Amino acid sequence: MTETAVSLRPSAGTGQAPSPARRRAAGGTRGRRVLYWIATHAIAIALGIMFMAPVTFMFLTAVMTDEQALSGTLWPSEWAWGNFAEVMSAEMLRWLGNTLLYAGLGTAFMLVSSVPVAYALARFRFRGRKLALVLVITTMMLPPQVVVVPMYIVWARFELTGSLWPLIIPLLFGDAYSIFLLRQFLVTIPKDYADAARVDGCGEFAAMIRVVLPMARPAIAAVALFQFFYCWNDYFGPLVYADPDHRPLAVGIATFRAAHNVEWNLTMAATLLTVLPVIVVFFLAQRVFIQGVTLTGVKG
Amino acid sequence: MTVLSARRARRPVAAPRARRRHRLRVLAFLSPWLIGFGVFFAYPLLATVYFSFTRYDLFSLEYVGLTNYRFLLQDENAWRSMRNTMWLVVVMVPLRVLFALGTAQLLTQLKTGGNVLRSIIYLPYLVPPVAATVAFVFLLNPGTGPVEQLAGSVGIPLPDWFNEPQWSKPGLTLLGLWAVGDVMIILLAALLDVPRQLYEASAIDGAGPWQRFRHITLPTISPVLLFAAVTGVIQTLQYFTQAMVAAKVAAGQADQPGTTTAPGYPDGSTLTFPQWLYDEGFRQFNMGYACVLALVLLAVSMAFTLVLLRQFHAFADEEVSG
Repeated sequence: MTETAVSLRPSAGTGQAPSPARRRAAGGTRGRRVLYWIATHAIAIALGIMFMAPVTFMFLTAVMTDEQALSGTLWPSEWAWGNFAEVMSAEMLRWLGNTLLYAGLGTAFMLVSSVPVAYALARFRFRGRKLALVLVITTMMLPPQVVVVPMYIVWARFELTGSLWPLIIPLLFGDAYSIFLLRQFLVTIPKDYADAARVDGCGEFAAMIRVVLPMARPAIAAVALFQFFYCWNDYFGPLVYADPDHRPLAVGIATFRAAHNVEWNLTMAATLLTVLPVIVVFFLAQRVFIQGVTLTGVKG
Repeated sequence: MTVLSARRARRPVAAPRARRRHRLRVLAFLSPWLIGFGVFFAYPLLATVYFSFTRYDLFSLEYVGLTNYRFLLQDENAWRSMRNTMWLVVVMVPLRVLFALGTAQLLTQLKTGGNVLRSIIYLPYLVPPVAATVAFVFLLNPGTGPVEQLAGSVGIPLPDWFNEPQWSKPGLTLLGLWAVGDVMIILLAALLDVPRQLYEASAIDGAGPWQRFRHITLPTISPVLLFAAVTGVIQTLQYFTQAMVAAKVAAGQADQPGTTTAPGYPDGSTLTFPQWLYDEGFRQFNMGYACVLALVLLAVSMAFTLVLLRQFHAFADEEVSG
């Protein structure tokens, strides 16, 4: 099938004397193909510019002086690199510290708790396995706002409201999204590997750690990255729980403009600083990201 | 293979001790999630139902029966926030899916630069929502925003996006289209999964590009389109951060404790349902009433989750095999 289709195309141009109708069609197609090429690439370039414009303008504004930022010029005549240093205040550093605590510890907790669960759901057969899977998907889908009120009441009783612990501690008990994603990857690893390890005298846990997990490294990297950035970006959770001393960057940045009146250049500089790590990590681990996203939906 | 099937056949008559060990092992592996599900999901869900019949402000608890439910019927802000959320579901979700499909289809057609463009389109999705929202409010800001400058120089009049009630949600939609990367990647993977032979066969039959798209591409990727649409709806029902930050930044309000500015600037137009829940529960501490709102949110999201679960049913049925 493939070969016939491929061989059909060049035949129009060779000396096989195709029918006039066929030749006209082929010529028309070639002309149309060039136009098509130009059209698609023109749209592509336009799209690329549109998608890059916001971050570009953010950057250009972030390096403007105060007066320029208010004047509505597009290109900074004088580059005020000092803006970045200026926004790195003690407050901003505290926000950063809080964010790193939340994201770092949260990711570590999530991995420790979610990997064995995903492994069990992918490998073991037991009664209620299907139900467990359905419940994992349900918890993954339902909005966090649904259970937030009683949870707040519980954390208030433990006197942990005001800190970020109400957001970090639950990650010690598995994260549904990560469990689901890991499980989707782990079912694709043939059972024979773990079986072989068990024949060699490994316990199930050792087989998981030594044999299966090294093979699942891309998926583990993906869920770790997703969790890290989920925490890094989380706004709703910290807004509910964290007092001003425990605010992460996401909440802090949202208050930045009000606190700095209309200094858009400083606001943009501070905002860019929260974007930068994400962009750097993306370029370092682009493949991990894209594989991970694909894993969520398509295998269903 | 034979080893596996032999073991499977033997399993029903395995010694009770071995079976018990298997069960304990499963329990041990699942234990973090079993505890987590009980403590952080099942319990609060039941507690939400309980608190919905009470008046509770963290200090005094009082049983009030159906009062909270009755209040919902006359709570103007609740209805307004529902309308706003529905607006986003009906307008933003389809636009995002269509736009993602268009860009993904374009990416499959590119002979050069496809990978670069894919990264460029995907990247905004990773930009933290708060940062992206702050940036968009600034970019579309009529006084100093560059978009206004550019449009003005060509002579296109633009609205005062995040300060006009009828333009704030379209502004948020633009932001949603910029961050379309997640949907785009999923649809791109689906498009690349369409078997080549189908296209080649249809080319021989003389099908044009539109016919190919309509009769081959669409039917093949329709499960993924449904997945994208349904997850899009569920995410939009939770839509909180962008709306709240846009309102806050556009209004220039300070987020100090004790400020009692009305949410959803301008004019309640960006007040989404979860925001009203947050406002009732954590700014006014009407926790009982917030639980009623949470149950409404639960019911609607559950309906859409069931659609997803039906789609997942096929894979949940499959055996654990290797």
